[in-house]
Amino acid sequence: MYKILKAEKLADKIILMDVLAPRVAKHCQPGQFVIVKMDDKGERIPLTICDYDREAGTITIVFQEVGASTTKMADLKEGDAFRDFVGPLGCASEFVNEDMEELKKKKMLFVAGGVGAAPVYPQVKWLHEHGIDADVILGAKTKDMVILEKELEAVAGNLYVTTDDGSYCRFGMGSTGIEDLVTKEGKQYDVCVAIGPMIMMKFVCMLTKKLELPTIVSMNPIMVDGTGMCGACRLQVGDEIKFACVDGPEFDGHLVDFDQAMKRSQMYKTEEGRAMLKLTEGDTHHGGCGNCGGDN
Amino acid sequence: MADVLKKVPVREQEPKVRATNFEEVCLGYNQEEAMEEASRCINCKNAKCVSGCPVAIDIPGFIKEVKEGNIEEAYKVIGKASALPAICGRVCPQESQCEGKCIRGIKGEPVSIGKLERFVADYALEHDIKPVGAESTNGHKVAVIGSGPSGLTCAGDLAKMGYEVTVFEALHELGGVLVYGIPEFRLPKQKVVAKEIEKVKELGVKFETNVVIGKSTTIDQLIEEEGFEAVFIGSGAGLPMFMGIPGENANGVFSANEYLTRSNLMKAFDESYDTPIVGGKKVAVVGGGNVAMDAARTALRLGAEVHIVYRRSEAELPARVEEVHHAKEEGVIFDLLTNPKEIFVDDKGNVKGMKVIKMELGEPDASGRRRPVEVPGSEYEIEVDTVIMSLGTSPNPLISSTTKGLETNRWKCIVADEEFGKTSKEGVYAGGDAVTGAATVILAMGAGKAGAHGIDEYLKNK
Repeated sequence: MYKILKAEKLADKIILMDVLAPRVAKHCQPGQFVIVKMDDKGERIPLTICDYDREAGTITIVFQEVGASTTKMADLKEGDAFRDFVGPLGCASEFVNEDMEELKKKKMLFVAGGVGAAPVYPQVKWLHEHGIDADVILGAKTKDMVILEKELEAVAGNLYVTTDDGSYCRFGMGSTGIEDLVTKEGKQYDVCVAIGPMIMMKFVCMLTKKLELPTIVSMNPIMVDGTGMCGACRLQVGDEIKFACVDGPEFDGHLVDFDQAMKRSQMYKTEEGRAMLKLTEGDTHHGGCGNCGGDN
Repeated sequence: MADVLKKVPVREQEPKVRATNFEEVCLGYNQEEAMEEASRCINCKNAKCVSGCPVAIDIPGFIKEVKEGNIEEAYKVIGKASALPAICGRVCPQESQCEGKCIRGIKGEPVSIGKLERFVADYALEHDIKPVGAESTNGHKVAVIGSGPSGLTCAGDLAKMGYEVTVFEALHELGGVLVYGIPEFRLPKQKVVAKEIEKVKELGVKFETNVVIGKSTTIDQLIEEEGFEAVFIGSGAGLPMFMGIPGENANGVFSANEYLTRSNLMKAFDESYDTPIVGGKKVAVVGGGNVAMDAARTALRLGAEVHIVYRRSEAELPARVEEVHHAKEEGVIFDLLTNPKEIFVDDKGNVKGMKVIKMELGEPDASGRRRPVEVPGSEYEIEVDTVIMSLGTSPNPLISSTTKGLETNRWKCIVADEEFGKTSKEGVYAGGDAVTGAATVILAMGAGKAGAHGIDEYLKNK
């Protein structure tokens, strides 16, 4: 069992937890992820690593309630435990293994959308600890949904917060932010790292392609084992089929087939919807959704 | 008196009934049936069956005990060679191993060695007969990577010799392919697999789940930081292969690994578990091996019409004869000498059909089997909503890419000798699918035994 040392609500339906997992904390790098399983009957859920403390042996995860399993997970409190917690999985961000001198010459721009702020944070923090200040655009739907602002502010070069509805700081989506910085304010960047909902990464990539700004994205497709065994997480990247769990999760965003990836992420929509109904309706669920025919 | 040329028939669930449930198909012998079948063994002096067994069980020896009703003794005879008899009795390809060499098989049917082994092992599980472990430990620590058949066998053998063994498993359950790959109806998880693993625990073996070697820690760190003196790699097969045809990333195309993992490991067939699975109405399973049969029969039980699409003919099907037979009985349709060309996708990204082509057999290829060639102009479409690709796997690079000095071959399999499982790195041994590519449970167990022997020799002489 993997004990939860802290559970905190960051925004509506967005939860942060510190989990005791010494093996993961000892070896994880920015860019990697974990898979958690709540209980005996739970799903294996891939989650990005938001922070880690090697001394304390803890991993910080941030997740959004999107389906039945994450909604159940949000009810876990400090002192509860995950049945399973495995990682770190996937490859570290490319810059971790880059030549430090080369890296220091590069100007990096991170674009975080929604809970995408969670995986962006350890990357920017790592760079900061190595003497590199990267700029960060932190995007959210609305003011109340902005997360990790203070944390990012402490490690970023310039932090630009933007909200889709303009309720806080800048107005517009992440891609608007890039356009403002690069075309209007004349900022120069060598690399962009965009992490967030697939649709947001798609639009960022369409823009950065035009701007000829190399862009790395972090993909979070459906996974089962997360160790390269099942192939559920496969993506079309250029001419190749890649497995996000072992080849990624980070890829050249200009090569990812986002439309296909978005369709694939909808695969279990109906099943998930049913599971959600069953959860919310509990014992009163007897096939009222018109789909599942009840439990018999 | 029954016909001595024929096996005592084994009781099975009726095909129509079992096609709708996940209970075990084969019900096994009772003691009376087992003793009758055992009496068919003529106890050859130079028993060929033993040489057909990858772990060299004293087959006439245990059958002799069964014949006399000494089932506990029979279990001890098997236990000397195999740590997992309840599993092997169920999933070994006996027809090409022990039973394939049985003298009885020349004029009639061979002795039903597999079913007898299963009977003895189940008896031991039911009567809680404990395996015989080492009297004391020798203080040497050995790490085993993977809790599948090769890892369990290696760990069990080393523990019997007195080593302190820790098994590291990447998934949340122990058993490797025995839990994620082979379905419940062929190998019950709680009744058989968990209990056999319990017996390995009783030998003193420690297990740690959720540790991905190459990620959570590395082999070098196990040796340098955690004090392990030798390591056995039994990490299994790896990444599923796809055909590379158009439409293969559509929703509704799965690798057999994914489909089976959802159903077996995550228990998606059981509504009370959270992991979903797409049952499908009309399913095509591409491939002809045991894994393909498992996927087909799983889809069938989830309510689909299922077609096996295989490019060669029935004679070349690599699956065990019993699996093909069971699949047919249950209603799986075999589209033989047929190969997929393209998967059709609707505008939502879902599979709506598949273009296939007829094949014929040409000259024998490197595997000795006749090479299938396309019949020009014979393409046609089949209507399916789910396609399961069961084409084998390629090795997982997680361990080989993170272990200094571990040699791999051109197929990226770990290089290890057959006799002792010795790799290019000192103190590191390997066996099973990680070395050979996808093979069988019993071959992996044989390699686990060899590895245990190799590690013992190495540490004794160190």
